[in-house]
This record gives sequence, C-alpha cells and structure tokens, in this order.
Amino acid sequence: MIPIFMFIVCAALAVAGAVALIWAREPIHSALALVLVMIALAVLYLLLGAPFISAVQIIVYAGAVMVLFVFVIMLLNAGVEERTNFSKLAIPGALLGLGLLVEIAYWLARSAVGKALANGANAPSTEVSTRDLSEMLFRQYLFPFEATSILILIAVLGAFVLARKDS
Amino acid sequence: MSAIPISWYLVLSAVLFGLGVIAFVFKRNVVTIFMSIELMLNAVNLAFVAFARAYNQLDGLVFVFFVIVVAAAESAVGLAIVIMLAQNRQSMNVERVNLLKL
Amino acid sequence: MEFISQHPVLVAAVVKIAVLLFIVMTALAYLTWLERKAIAHIQSRWGPYNVGAHGLLQPLADGIKFLFKEDVTPPAADKLAYILAPFLALSLGLSAIALIPFGPPSRVFPNGQQMFSVVDLNIGLLLLFAITSMGVYGVALAGWSSNSKYPLLGGLRSSAQMISYEVSLTISVVGVVLLAGTLNFNELIGAQSGYFHLMRVIPRWFIFPQIVGFLCYLTSAIAETNRVPFDLPEAETELVAGFHTEYSAFKFAMFFMAEYANMITVSCLATVLFLGGWLSPFPDTGIWHYQNYLPGAGLLALAVYCAWNTVSEMRGIARLQLGVVTLLAGGGGLICLYPPIAAAIQGPFWFTTKILAILFFYIWMRATLPRFRYDQLMSFGWKFVLPVSLANLVITALMILVWPHVRHG
Repeated sequence: MIPIFMFIVCAALAVAGAVALIWAREPIHSALALVLVMIALAVLYLLLGAPFISAVQIIVYAGAVMVLFVFVIMLLNAGVEERTNFSKLAIPGALLGLGLLVEIAYWLARSAVGKALANGANAPSTEVSTRDLSEMLFRQYLFPFEATSILILIAVLGAFVLARKDS
Repeated sequence: MSAIPISWYLVLSAVLFGLGVIAFVFKRNVVTIFMSIELMLNAVNLAFVAFARAYNQLDGLVFVFFVIVVAAAESAVGLAIVIMLAQNRQSMNVERVNLLKL
Repeated sequence: MEFISQHPVLVAAVVKIAVLLFIVMTALAYLTWLERKAIAHIQSRWGPYNVGAHGLLQPLADGIKFLFKEDVTPPAADKLAYILAPFLALSLGLSAIALIPFGPPSRVFPNGQQMFSVVDLNIGLLLLFAITSMGVYGVALAGWSSNSKYPLLGGLRSSAQMISYEVSLTISVVGVVLLAGTLNFNELIGAQSGYFHLMRVIPRWFIFPQIVGFLCYLTSAIAETNRVPFDLPEAETELVAGFHTEYSAFKFAMFFMAEYANMITVSCLATVLFLGGWLSPFPDTGIWHYQNYLPGAGLLALAVYCAWNTVSEMRGIARLQLGVVTLLAGGGGLICLYPPIAAAIQGPFWFTTKILAILFFYIWMRATLPRFRYDQLMSFGWKFVLPVSLANLVITALMILVWPHVRHG
C-alpha cells in the first residue's frame, strides 16, 4: 500500500514539475520546477532500492547543478518569456504523441522486464549498499571513474577560461 | 504489500523524456532549453535505475553515477558559454542568435 | 486503537517526531537567549535581564513580537519565491535533526523501535549532507525575490560562500568515514567506543586521530551557517541585513530560526562524527556505576546555583520565576539519580552536553572575532581550507593502507 501511494505521489509531482517547466513564464519558476522533479525522482530511486544514488542525485544534481542554474538566471536577470502564437498543427501532433505513449505503455506492460516487480514478494528485497556499489565502481569501472575525474578537471578549466574577462 | 511493476517506472521515464523534448522545442530562453536537457537526462537516469532493479545488476547504478557527473560538467561549461553569449548579444532569446557575426 | 497496534512503526515515528520538534523549537528559542547572555557577559554587560528572571522569558517576548508585527511584502517581489524561501530554509533546517541518534540504539520501546533516534538509515551521513546542500536555495531565492540591491548582493554572496565551504565540509568528514568504514550514524558512534591503549583514559573519539579534519570541519561549518567570522553577507554595517533585508515579522523569524537550526544541526553532526556522540567520556569502572550519577549530580548543582540566585534576588516576580526554575532543576536532578532512569538518561545527557559545548564555542567566536572581508573569505575557503582537508583525506587513506589496524570500525 505504502509503495504504491509513494509512487503515485512522486510520479504526479515529477510530471507536474515537468509541465510547470514548460508552462512557467519566468525562468526562475522553471528552475524551481526542475528542482521539484529532481527531488521526486530521488524519492523514486529510494523506492527502487538505490539509496546511494538518490543521495547523490540530491547532493550533486539538485544541490549543485540547479544552484548553478539559479545563479545564472539571477546574474543574467532573464526576463519574462515571450509567448508564441498557438499553432493549429500542435493538436494532431499531441494526439499522435499520446497514441505513441499508450502503445509504448502497452507493449512495456506485456514484456518480461515490464512485469518484473520493483517491490513485493518476488523482487530482490535488499537495497543496494554503498559498499557493493563502490566495489563495482573501483574495480570494474575504474578506468571510466578516473576518466571522469579528468573530464571534471577539463570542465573546471574550460569554465574558468570562458568566464575570465580579457584584460 | 502491493508491488509496482517496472513498466510503470519506464512509462514515467518516457513521459518525462517527452516533456523534456517538448520544452526543448518550444522554449526560447537559452537557460530554459538547458534545463530541458537536464530533464531529459533525469528521465534517462530513472530508466537506468529501473532496469538495474529489474535485472538485479549494479551496472545501471554505476552508469547513473557517470551520467550525473557528466551532466554536472556539461552544465558548468554550457552555462559559462550562455553567460558570455548573453553578455555579447544582450538577449537570452535563442532566435536572436542567428548570425555568426554580431 | 487498533490503528496504533497495526501500524506501530508509523505511530512511533510520529510521536518521536512530535517530541523532537517540540524539544528542538524550545532549544532554538533558548539558544537565542544563551547567545545574548553569553555575548553580553563576555562584553562585560548584563544582556536581557528584565523580561523574566535573568531574561528567561525574552524568547517568549520575541516570539510574540514576531507574531504581531506587520507583514510587509515588497510590491515588485516575485511572490512564489518570496514566500517559498523562508519556508524552505526553516523546514530543511529542522528536518536534518531527525536523522541524528541522541542515544544508544540498544534502548528500545516494547515494539522494537529505537527510543532515541527517529530513523536509522544506512546512508544517514549522505542524506544529512543532501539536506544541508539544499539549504542554499533558501538564501538564494530570498536574495533574488526581494527585488532590491542589498538583498540581491547579500543573497548571491551568501549562497556563493555556502556552496564553496560545502565542498570542504564534506571532504573533511571523509577521513572519519574512512576510519569507521560506514555511513551509518549509530555505527559511527559505535566505532568510537572504548579507550586508547596508551593510558586507558583517552576515549577513542575521532577528534584525536582526525584533529585536522575536525578543525577544517568546524571552520567550514561556521562558514556554512553564515556565522561570525564569516557573516559578511548578513552583517549590519555592510549590507543592511543581507538577504533577509526585505523580510519582516514571521518570515524574518523563520530565517532567524533557520539559522539557529542550522547551527544545531552542524553541532549535532560534529558531536556524532568527532566527539563520540552519546558516549560518556568517563570509563565504566564498575564502582557503583558512578558515571551514571553524574547527570543527576550536575542538575543538582544547577539547582543549588539557582537557589542561591533566588535567595539573593530582590524583585518578587523574578524570585518566583527563579524558584520555579530551582524546583524544576532540583526535581530533574533527583529523578536522574534514580538508578534505572540514570542509566537510561546517560546517552542524551552527554550528547546534549557536547552540543552545548560546541554551541558555546560558536557564540564565543561571535563575541570575540572580527569578520572576514568577502574576498578574503572566499580565498581562505578555496586556497586554504580545501587543500588542507584534501591533504587530511590523502594522509588518512595512506595511513590506513600502511597500518590497517588503525581503523576503528
């Protein structure tokens, strides 16, 4: 009972946040809606038995990357988004998209992986511990791990060079 | 103790991805377009975690870790570019950035 | 009634949260009193004295004032962000305290729930850092939504400072995690039990092997909570009041409470990680279990001090109030001397004592130190504290590699 309730609440919040991202007139409201989406997804990761990933999502994504977005919006003082004319072509497009979604949902629900249960009696009942994840990260995926550290260094240097005023 | 099928998580991921694409196509502000890219990446992360749970493997979670790291690096550099762009063109509207020369 | 018996976990959690919230809100209020009195006495003056006996009812007066003040909203403010920011700051500051264990996990209720911690997560430390890293939004949104120069500058500076020192905050803690081998708070405290072999007097708290980490943590924590000497973004002589300039009445009170709640959270974390949590510094030698009676003895000493103040007090009302405090302290002391309760109260008593010691250190620093200039503050954070905490991490990892028996876990 509780997992289904939590899933429905978090899924509704995530979709509401995504719709608010599209509908908002000011960029700062879109940024806040995206933060809501990320927090809802973090709770969904907890439901899926990945507590470390949910904590990393909040610390890195919602707590650092989105703060950067909010900073940039504040610095640039982005104004109100202009409204475009509503195009009549959007309605058949939306219907087609909805049809595609229904079809994807149907075939997913019928497939073998779709029928696997995330919680409950037949699902793996343990959550992934940090120790298991870190063993895999540092043994099997050691090279990508070190490569991402170099990537972060490049990104820091790049941002630094780009933001420097030429004097 | 009811159970949630994995297909629900995958459909949610597809919906969020679709909404991200809609935001990417219809919005004009550069920063909002960037945020729609982050939304798409988040939807993909959800799919990864759901599959990692379905097949009971940890590789999906490791990949989510790398996606988060790469998204952070990419947004740092991208936002630096956006700041320079906005200061050069005095506008954050993507449709105004249509000339190679100022 | 059968709802309670069918869902014991939920009901126990709700009751614990209610009790914890009540205790934390009272502690917040009296922390403001303690700060004003301590700073005043350090500066050779009295501080609040008239409102209750020795100013003990001052927090109540402040609360009533905040409730009845006029709530002014700037006309061009962004309504959503303006209203959201103080709620976000306060709720995040309060919710972090739910993760921390105040006593040993062996103390359980009859249905198996731990008595002294609301939740016991395997990733408790990570989640606490997640909650504190979300706290930046309260400050940034408050500064931006006020639509005014000083709050914008103050908000931007304050949030930049918070995210800079957040990095060194988390890195200075990793040394402790390496030594203990776990992220669970109860296991972190359990790894600090026992005494060093050298003299069997020094407890195995992580402050002794990780003194550099502790100093880095304390510095980063003071910068993270925007306290002196790192409080330029909200100093009165610099930026009026920083990011909360345009807030009045209850919203300002929420920011105020959020700052003190962050202080308490950071002190709780320092206690758990470095000072041994709810462990008593006195060894259990078995001589009548003398260490169990120390809380009771402390409270009775406090009661004697209050009684002396009651007798030497001139004003009637203040005498009455001090008499009530004396009776409460004396009653509490006598209750704590009763052996089963004395054994149970050990954990929370030592935890509270250590938190109060760190909070007094915070207040002491506010009374004595001048503040950093903003560029000095940022260069100190990035060029000194971060390299030192990284060096601490590397050296700790090397020592564990070379001498594996150093690990406490």
